[in-house]
Amino acid sequence: MRKTPLDRVLDWTGRLLLAAILGFVMLPFVVVFIASFNESAILSFPPRSWSTKWYVNAFEYRDFGLGLVNSLKIAAFGATLALIAGAGFAYVLDRYDFRFKALLNSVLMSPLIIPNFTIGLGLLVLSAAASLPRSTWLVVATHVIIVLPFVARSVYVSLRNFERRYEQAAESLGGTPVHVLWTVTLPLLLPGLISGGIFAAILSFNEFTASLFVVNQSTKTLPVAMYDYVREYADPTLAAVSVMYLVVVATALVIVHKLFRLEKVLNVD
Amino acid sequence: MNKRPFLGWFASPSILIAFGITASFLAIVQYSLRAHVPGSLDPGGFTLENFTTLLKAVYGQAFLNTVLLCFWTTVFTLLIGYPLAYAMIRAKSLALRSAILLISLTPLFLGEIVRTYSWMIVLGNRGFLNASLIQLDLIDRPIDFMFTMTGVVIALVHFTLPIVVVMLAAALSHIDRNLERAATSLGAGRVRCFLTVTLPLSIPGIVAATSTSFAWTFSAFATPQMIGGGKVQTISTLVYQVGFASFNFPLAASLSLVGLLFTIAVLAIFNTGIRRLEQMGAH
Repeated sequence: MRKTPLDRVLDWTGRLLLAAILGFVMLPFVVVFIASFNESAILSFPPRSWSTKWYVNAFEYRDFGLGLVNSLKIAAFGATLALIAGAGFAYVLDRYDFRFKALLNSVLMSPLIIPNFTIGLGLLVLSAAASLPRSTWLVVATHVIIVLPFVARSVYVSLRNFERRYEQAAESLGGTPVHVLWTVTLPLLLPGLISGGIFAAILSFNEFTASLFVVNQSTKTLPVAMYDYVREYADPTLAAVSVMYLVVVATALVIVHKLFRLEKVLNVD
Repeated sequence: MNKRPFLGWFASPSILIAFGITASFLAIVQYSLRAHVPGSLDPGGFTLENFTTLLKAVYGQAFLNTVLLCFWTTVFTLLIGYPLAYAMIRAKSLALRSAILLISLTPLFLGEIVRTYSWMIVLGNRGFLNASLIQLDLIDRPIDFMFTMTGVVIALVHFTLPIVVVMLAAALSHIDRNLERAATSLGAGRVRCFLTVTLPLSIPGIVAATSTSFAWTFSAFATPQMIGGGKVQTISTLVYQVGFASFNFPLAASLSLVGLLFTIAVLAIFNTGIRRLEQMGAH
């Protein structure tokens, strides 16, 4: 088919529009990258002189190290617990009918609608009313509640696409329920469980708003430590942290994309 | 033999978590009905005073700001997100598709702080945007983006864009391309084909993306807090301020309770809309 002049105009408008939108998405990250090498504590564009001292400062600032350790710990515990609870729930949701099933489902999915600041406030006042300390476990519980709907959905989708005949074959050959679960169901579900777990860990690592309500000085997560830093100091240390954050996340995403193809994971193929 | 093996074992952890969610919701309801005792973290006796306090102008303004932010953010996110999702699904080269996908998704995994801080550097008085505009002699004095609705909307659009793109791309990818080919072969131009075939077929995706964008923006805290800097108060920033600056947790609880009821009402309206659309599609 030959291209009319109108088609040409449309093609070029589309390309320019796409370039402009991608530029908008990347703009803050390009700017933060430049700012992180600005020598002076006061921003200026373009920087008058360059330095890597804010990267050194980021590593030396105690709260960032502490926050990173806390965040990794909380993400590991939170994702594991959410995976156990979420996978179990997805299994019974897919396989069985039981009393209060619909109620249980709506309560567990409600954090998708309830704003994170409300969830954080709720757990804070609950722990105050129950005279519980604001420990790491309170932060873990908050994160489990927030990420559980995502994990449960991801495992539920895998279970829906599951070939039940393998289980039935194993059963008819005399396998006990535990044996079938362990040797057939779990191995077949493993990809869904792994991607659900990784997703949960990333969400938990990034969670900020609800965490801000339930942490204290010693259980501070990395995002909360970063927020506190911006409130106290105006220097580009946080730009350096942001650049490192971006590099780690972008690298991880490229690897995941090469291994699994993101469009399949997100169902936009 | 047990017909439902593992039911108890598998359901118990999630039941425990459901109890935790319910308990923290009840704790908010309970606090919202208690009096604030200045200087004490423990609430006083039962009262409805918190809810009458919410009628003050400052809380009405926060509600209005939140609704306006949700509205403008959703409008601009859809306007920017739709072409991006369309290009992601329809680009011919695989490399370009991968690039669009990775660039639009990376912000989703960066968290609210990194993204908002980056926008502070772009939008500040000495920030990138103002410095560039001044050097190009387009303006004499910096434009105020920080502490304004405009600035908060710009950053919120960036914050909401990835999830909206994912939802729109999912809707667009499930449209049967044969319908478009049929329209083109019957003589419709590309513009007409898009307006009469593709766009109407993607409306359910647009509605779903709209409701998600609304819920995300409503729930956003770091962006209005850091870019708005106390000048653009929303429900989320006020809940935090009332709680952690005045330690008035009963009032914070009633404010978030009213906010939650508002969210549920709006989402219920959207869901009815989606159901209507589906029924129309079925006929």
